[in-house]
Amino acid sequence: MRNPVAVASDNLYLLLLVVPGLLVAVFYALPVLNVLLLSVTYPQPTADNYRLLFNSASVQSILLVTARICVVTTVLTVLCAYVIAYRVVHAPATEARLLLTAVLIAFWISVLIRAFAWVALLQPNGLVNNALMAMGLIREPLALVRNEVGVVIGMVHYMVPYAVLPLLGAMRGIDPALSAASSSLGASRWQTFYKVFLPLSVPGVAGATILVFILALGFYITPAILGGGKVVMIAEYISLQMTETLRWGVAAMLAVVMLVTVGALIALSSRLPNVSVAKAAS
Amino acid sequence: MTATHLQRPRMSPAALAAWLCVLFLLLPILVVAPFSVTPHRYLSFPTDGLSLRHYQALLEGAWLRSIGDSLIVALGATALAVLLGASLAIAIWRLPGRLPRAMRVLALAPLIVPGIIHALGYYRALAYFGLLDTYAGIILVHGLKAMPFVFISVTAVLLGLNQNLDQAAQSLGASQWQAIRLVVLPNITGGLLSGAFLAFITSWDEVVVAIFITGRNVHTLPKLIWESLVDNLDPAVAALATIMIAATASAVIWRELVKKPARHLRPHPSQES
Repeated sequence: MRNPVAVASDNLYLLLLVVPGLLVAVFYALPVLNVLLLSVTYPQPTADNYRLLFNSASVQSILLVTARICVVTTVLTVLCAYVIAYRVVHAPATEARLLLTAVLIAFWISVLIRAFAWVALLQPNGLVNNALMAMGLIREPLALVRNEVGVVIGMVHYMVPYAVLPLLGAMRGIDPALSAASSSLGASRWQTFYKVFLPLSVPGVAGATILVFILALGFYITPAILGGGKVVMIAEYISLQMTETLRWGVAAMLAVVMLVTVGALIALSSRLPNVSVAKAAS
Repeated sequence: MTATHLQRPRMSPAALAAWLCVLFLLLPILVVAPFSVTPHRYLSFPTDGLSLRHYQALLEGAWLRSIGDSLIVALGATALAVLLGASLAIAIWRLPGRLPRAMRVLALAPLIVPGIIHALGYYRALAYFGLLDTYAGIILVHGLKAMPFVFISVTAVLLGLNQNLDQAAQSLGASQWQAIRLVVLPNITGGLLSGAFLAFITSWDEVVVAIFITGRNVHTLPKLIWESLVDNLDPAVAALATIMIAATASAVIWRELVKKPARHLRPHPSQES
């Protein structure tokens, strides 16, 4: 007589693994891997596309602009998110819920609608310029779109909720008794924040920073609309290679550069103690 | 000056800074509505009268058609994402070994890979299969992009489920299929539903890949909004934005403030990457 538990077999589970797995491999992994291949085979099998990284001024300037915008966006985003998350953790329950609700509303609004709203606000005859001119603060409209300022404003706006959530997770894990102990031992509010709370929140900051930087690297919609063709980041440059110049090899090479950077950042985050982008993203 | 006066709650610098940041988040969302009721054909602030003509425009022609297209695509993509994501989550939860662990990476990859790379890869692949600008093509792409959300939601629920549950069912005489259908599935309905919701939103909002792989036959709503933003800033976008903002805000307010306080935070589809 066989043990009934041994009869319980895993065939069906194997099927549930293999059939969708094959589908994902063929229709997801292959198209993405094909991009890697394209970067060294199009138009001919050489590494010419990668040489552009070293000898093409336009490619280098795109990478520089992308890096600059990503760094500025990440710093501003994490700062803004830290301020919000700090208050959510320390505020009375009602205020905390109101803050969080506001963040979540922004979180769920489509990227297109947000870009549209920022154009309406920032364009030369938009609300911000009209308001500043009506108040007599400026005479000429400020250039707030079709430049890096507009792109950074739009990107920070999109990313702040993404940074608030992991920061909040990290800050909620900090024992409030530690801050209370610090104050009762005579530290000022600022000292308590600077010497106790801030160091304990560093893992959350690191996770949020890496997450925001990774997401910022791939931005396409916001820079395209708020940059108005004047500020071209790597994703838009790739799309121009696909649709205008048909240089598929160059597009693929830049895609590989992007993927490698993202992969390296994820690897980096997994080596830092207590930081996980996967955790931050969820 | 009395003691009560001194104790009156004043806004601390930390609170002020936080509310300024939140104002920055909400400001653009609040300014859209007035633009939607302009009587003019171009995007403008209504100073000489109000009109609902741009709301009416949403119910006609290209806008109505694209809303229909987006619904079809999002429903198809949700079905595909739930099938793939839930199967993988259940199999990986139950099976030991290296292959399931490797599949986990594959199941999560669409979350991290930037959208423009998907666009590049899919443009070539769908051209190869003859699926460019077809419902099947974009449903496939959106289904795969949305799969990780179902996978994560279902996995989260499964982690709280005893792994021996289905073995118990089988030892009591259930077939494998019965064990999954009657024991596992009823226990993960919550994860399936929230995964399906996230999958639907992912497809409904997806624009980066849609720009490249759809054209005249399939024209989703985000693609139409995108074209309108790039070309002429049609005030109909303001009308549509107002409706979507109102719907989003009421849903979030109802969930966070009326129904119950925020318990935990969910993963969210990024439309940028």
